[in-house]
Amino acid sequence: MKKTHITFTLNGQPVEVLVEPRELLVHVLREQLGQTGSHIGCETSHCGACTVDLDGRSLKACTLLAVQADGSDLLTVEGLAPGGELHAVQEGFVQEHGLQCGYCTPGMLIRAYRLLQENPNPTEAEIREGMSGNLCRCTGYQNIIKAVQYAAKKLAEGEVEAA
Amino acid sequence: MAATADTLERENKLEGIGCKRKRKEDGRFIQGKGSYVDDVKLPGMLFADFVRSPHAHARIKSIRKERALALPGVHAVLTADDLKPLNLHWMPTLAGDTQAVLADEKVAFQMQEVAMVVADDRYIAADATELVEVEYEELPAIVDPHKAMDADAPVIREDIAGKAEAGQGKREHPNHIFSWEVGDKDGTDRAFEAAEVTVAQEMVNQRVHPCPLETCGCVASFDKARGELTVYITSQAPHVVRTVVSMLSGVPESKVRIISPDIGGGFGNKVGVYPGYVVAIVASIVLGRPVKWIEDRTENLSTTAFARDYHMVGELAADKDGRIKAMRVNVLADHGAFNAHAQPTKWPAGFFSVCTGSYDIPYAHARVNGVYTNKAPGGVAYRCSFRVTEAVYVIERMIDVLAQKLGMDPAEIRLRNFVKKEQFPYQSALDWEYDSGDYETALRKVMEAVDYPALRKEQAEKRSRGELMGIGLCTFTEIVGAGPSKACDILGVGMFDSAEIRVHPTGSVIARMGTITQGQGHQTTYAQIIASELGIPSEEIQIEEGDTSTAPYGLGTYGSRSTPVGGAATAVAARKIRDKARKIAAHLLEVSENDLDWEVDRFKVKGVPGQEKTMKEVAWAAYNNVPEGMEMGLEAVDYYDPPNFTYPFGAYLCVVDIDKHTGETKVRRFYALDDCGTRINPMIIEGQIHGGLNEAFAVAMGQQLVFDEAGNILGNTLMDYFLPTFVETPHWELDHTVTPSPHHPIGAKGVAESPHVGGIPCFSNAVNDAFAHLGVTHVDMPHSAYNVWKTVHRLGLDKPSAA
Amino acid sequence: MIPGKFEYHAPETLADAVALLGQYGEDGKVLAGGHSLLPMMKLRFAEPAHLIDLNRIKDLRGVRDGGNKVLIGAMTVENDLIAADLLWAKCPLVPEAAKQIADPQVRNRGTIGGDVCHGDPGNDHPAIMIAVDATFVVVGPEGERKLPANGFYLGTYWTQLEESEVLTEIQIPAFNDNTGWAYHKLKRKTGDWATAASAVVLELDGDVCSRVNIALTNVGPTALKAEEAEAVLAGQVVDENLIEQAAQKAMAICDPAEDLRGDVEYKTHMAGEMTRRAIRQAVQRARG
Repeated sequence: MKKTHITFTLNGQPVEVLVEPRELLVHVLREQLGQTGSHIGCETSHCGACTVDLDGRSLKACTLLAVQADGSDLLTVEGLAPGGELHAVQEGFVQEHGLQCGYCTPGMLIRAYRLLQENPNPTEAEIREGMSGNLCRCTGYQNIIKAVQYAAKKLAEGEVEAA
Repeated sequence: MAATADTLERENKLEGIGCKRKRKEDGRFIQGKGSYVDDVKLPGMLFADFVRSPHAHARIKSIRKERALALPGVHAVLTADDLKPLNLHWMPTLAGDTQAVLADEKVAFQMQEVAMVVADDRYIAADATELVEVEYEELPAIVDPHKAMDADAPVIREDIAGKAEAGQGKREHPNHIFSWEVGDKDGTDRAFEAAEVTVAQEMVNQRVHPCPLETCGCVASFDKARGELTVYITSQAPHVVRTVVSMLSGVPESKVRIISPDIGGGFGNKVGVYPGYVVAIVASIVLGRPVKWIEDRTENLSTTAFARDYHMVGELAADKDGRIKAMRVNVLADHGAFNAHAQPTKWPAGFFSVCTGSYDIPYAHARVNGVYTNKAPGGVAYRCSFRVTEAVYVIERMIDVLAQKLGMDPAEIRLRNFVKKEQFPYQSALDWEYDSGDYETALRKVMEAVDYPALRKEQAEKRSRGELMGIGLCTFTEIVGAGPSKACDILGVGMFDSAEIRVHPTGSVIARMGTITQGQGHQTTYAQIIASELGIPSEEIQIEEGDTSTAPYGLGTYGSRSTPVGGAATAVAARKIRDKARKIAAHLLEVSENDLDWEVDRFKVKGVPGQEKTMKEVAWAAYNNVPEGMEMGLEAVDYYDPPNFTYPFGAYLCVVDIDKHTGETKVRRFYALDDCGTRINPMIIEGQIHGGLNEAFAVAMGQQLVFDEAGNILGNTLMDYFLPTFVETPHWELDHTVTPSPHHPIGAKGVAESPHVGGIPCFSNAVNDAFAHLGVTHVDMPHSAYNVWKTVHRLGLDKPSAA
Repeated sequence: MIPGKFEYHAPETLADAVALLGQYGEDGKVLAGGHSLLPMMKLRFAEPAHLIDLNRIKDLRGVRDGGNKVLIGAMTVENDLIAADLLWAKCPLVPEAAKQIADPQVRNRGTIGGDVCHGDPGNDHPAIMIAVDATFVVVGPEGERKLPANGFYLGTYWTQLEESEVLTEIQIPAFNDNTGWAYHKLKRKTGDWATAASAVVLELDGDVCSRVNIALTNVGPTALKAEEAEAVLAGQVVDENLIEQAAQKAMAICDPAEDLRGDVEYKTHMAGEMTRRAIRQAVQRARG
């Protein structure tokens, strides 16, 4: 089957890869581009471990063909701290013990990053709903909720300072 | 030593035992820089995939590989016939049975491994599995364990059909594995005959799966030139895997290197040695290239490990005041097609005999029968010590059943039967020596925190209005920390664990353990233990685990054994270092060892202010100025064989409201008090408890591996298999008491499994309690809306609601 | 879980898409959000030789005002339905139901058109579309056809859409001030399909129910229009007694497939209960 050249922006950098049409985005990210932060947990779009941010939307990369990402702007967990300074959601997960084995964490972070742009001041119920496409087996979610709240507060404070 | 502002400040700087310090492992995970097995990419690496059986029970008539081998990019197709010359087509199990690595002439469960395809990448491998042609002759399957020993039952294991035993005692039927019993049967029978009240209840701990978010997999890499085998593997017990791999492959253990890198959750799933690992290793040896095998979620749920499948009848005998006189349990255990239970005890039912729980029960007897069925093998302890969840479930449900019969409050009957604080160390009727506990204080604290009488009052009011509200209690005792080597071993290797600690000249530390973290935060908590023992900040203590070439031999992490055993080894090794450091300090200060006091991070000459050497100073001296006759360096290793298990306990309470029209259960409140002895890092403990409670919630309320009559597994994706999301998961309220273990060096007991073990009966008791006033004594888990509705509907409670 | 091989086509215009479908016939398969099709391809239950991806056809996205109608592009994703003020104003049942579908990530990709056309009785939009009297605009080599949602579903994975046709737009009459609506969906957990669900749209003329549509999800081979249940309410002052009768009529048409969500009896009862709840809420909303 013939392969196709696709190009997209990955964490701010242009990339070009040669893919078979059937190749899943998560495989291309992990195996061709060496970005192994996005994980594979279920392969049926239930667990969210493969969540990436594509053109400003949270998507599950196990259920996207890489060819569909052609021309897009893609952000993965590896791009959350471009200058080396941790993003507020990353800091929140550390401060509030929002991770244990770390396997769901990249998907959680990249989803939380987007959630806080969709809703900068979410209630606990809104966090539970907004994060409901990401499964975690370790934390019982409670500290992840706190981590998102921590990040929301920090981002809000940053806005105030900036203004 | 009186605490002064100075010592307190220095102690705080250590961030040692008791400190809620942030985790040392988080940095890599939050940047997507963890290193899990599927992240490993080696030059020339090939990818393996399985051809699996569509049938639960069938004879293999033929396997044709030609079309698969003809596909460009396919390097090999391995079947049992290919493994036979190497004698690797079957492998021994930890339970004394053997298990087919690749199906040998027949398949005995659906999705069984029939052939492995090895190809350039996972896409080609998947394509090739479609091209392997296997012809089957279907056989009748046994799905219901109660039918396994019928006279006309089809024989599942023809390979051992004539054998009188299969590793665990006498067999009475070709599908029988073992019968095991424990306790004073006659005494128990007499107590039942004499009892004023008896109750009996059938109950099932349904077949479930631990389902960590990362599935199982490995990368096997055999270096032909060096004769060395390296395997990156999702294992909770890398050293044991090395021993097994060496035994199976014939490669000397010194040339086998097993690396468990970051592990994406284990929960028991990653204790066993699975066919995928074995065949990938063989493929790498045969092909001389690295081979990666990663199972997908469906394969994971269908084949690698299951837990529970215990079909129990519990009985209690008591007097009219609710004092329990005796307990009897009869169990039928469904072990699947091979007896491949991954557990370390010398008993086929593991720790099941801890089933007398937190109660002072004079007589007890338990019997377990294990049978084969056409289901996947590999029973594991899903976030518990092996069979403790089942044991705690049966006693915690039965005590409610007894309370119900007597018209007593479930809290009152517990208080009446608890082992008293002053009875510890307590010898149970089934011969366990509980190390320490204070059950009454724990339960009373919970009852006060939730205002138990008010909840019961509210429940009474709701019942009078026809509403369904349930209050569940669970006052469990766990047994963790396998174990004394006299009681537990794996393939003859005793269940010690180990720590090796080196203090560098500049005073920073590297330590390696035989355990392996899978999210428990060992890199943080072990560092905290060393920090407190050595007076070196935990931030400067590096912990490494999982690489068998560098870490000392250990038995791994499961059964909450890391803190009780590995943590103990860590403390003892640190104390060996401190003992040597004391000698060096005495030498440096030119005093006798006896003239020195240890204070937080330094040795001080008694009565001479200012005469002191910090551990950092001692560390430097250890490499240039030691007493005559002493070897240089500052390091120690300890292999710790615990004198006993530890017995964490807790008191949990759950409040549920049930929608009688849909069967949906809302967990309104869950209050969990845990006592795990000394608390090393309260933040991590709380995180572990949250997670364990959520896994308990999942098991109690929805998880089940379901099979149809033909043995087809149903619901083996995350669409059906219940992993609660943020939305379903309740809010958790935590509390604690501290009753240290008297035999553990720092008094710690282990905690991560308590919430699972104690949580499951608590949820179940709550749901059952919602129906208790209607004469219902027990309904089985999972308490899904569908199952709860069946009870509601049977009782006629779901009449259309008014507006 | 790896899909089989296929040729991939990403037309940028509807005309190109239709031409490709015409060219490949049975070998071609339209890809919308892909959250039903790609999993089926990974399991190799579906192995199309040609995948025609509609995601690059911009004209098929978005919600537009059509006066007394709302016009929804077939490739509009669920989260864009939820974000569409126009829908909340003119046909709030659609975004309200969309919020009950799948999870946030899936809703960013899953489209209303894909959900409508897949023909899976577990999908939510078919019952919603029947309840809101939607019309489906489909385009094929022969041109455009307009098909009412009611009658579109012929069987499981079987609709009136021809292989060579593409659904382009969904037209929904705007609700009136006296319209009440509700979608009640029972599911095992977030992200699940319905154990049973019921969509109700009705209008009250004073206290009298002047118009009513009731449609059920996942309790038959297709979404079901509960016409006898509707007849119970039509022209009546809706009270608990009538609601119960309507629920019983809804249950009478249920023919669900047993699965791990429940047996026939449970699903049927849940269809009844969801219908009771949906009618009650719809009436309450219609009263304003």
